Amino acid sequence: MLNPAPQSRRDFIVTTALTTAAVAAGSTTALAKPEDVAAEIKKLFGDKPITAGRIKLDLPTIAENGLVVPLNFKVESPMTDKDYVKTVHFFADGNPNPQVASFNFTPMTPRAEAQIRIRLAQTQNIVAVAEMSDGKLFTAKQEVKVTIGGCGG
Amino acid sequence: MSTPTPRVRMPATAKAGEVIEVKTLISHEMETGQRRDGAGQIVPRKIIKKFTATFNGKEIFSADWASAVSANPYQAFFVKVPETGTFEFSWLDDDGSVYKATQKVTVS
Repeated sequence: MLNPAPQSRRDFIVTTALTTAAVAAGSTTALAKPEDVAAEIKKLFGDKPITAGRIKLDLPTIAENGLVVPLNFKVESPMTDKDYVKTVHFFADGNPNPQVASFNFTPMTPRAEAQIRIRLAQTQNIVAVAEMSDGKLFTAKQEVKVTIGGCGG
Repeated sequence: MSTPTPRVRMPATAKAGEVIEVKTLISHEMETGQRRDGAGQIVPRKIIKKFTATFNGKEIFSADWASAVSANPYQAFFVKVPETGTFEFSWLDDDGSVYKATQKVTVS
């Protein structure tokens, strides 16, 4: 994977599939990797600086059932017409797809806070990126240990 | 599959400018597109991909959901109630169906 020579698409797919299979040990589904999450974030925001902080994640450190993992979050913001949280994106680095959900707030939502329930295929990191109305970006990350995976595994 | 049934829990009355919590739930299997059926065929993806909340026709909150969102998706969030009005909630399915729920809130 660190080979500097340009790879063909086919070689890349084969190598990726083999690596993922080795990592997932028996799982038939190719799972995302931390690089995929980084790539998704780059696709959305390019090379804009992202600061750690302002997002408070409330996730279990150990989830017994990966099918239903409660995800609560809160972003510090006055939520006024001039200064509010526009969107909070969530990614998971060990699911079949890195995307989890995005939440779009407005000044009519007085708290940049929401709750959902998500599926996690295995122990992995949840990464949040909050985009403020002035374009500033903040991030937070938390690992969730999963006892029973949420994708049929 | 039966038709998804949306459920919304929020107060029906509020003070002007009061912050209230909205809790929503919709029955939907959120098929990920990763699973195989008994014959080994991949079951095609069918999820609710977008949740939108409006107040008197104006969008106030929305969420884009990927296949990582659990079956029977739950969504809770907070809203401000400036005046008497109607909240409308809609869930957009992969197949184009839209499921809706409304709730009137009276400002006393």
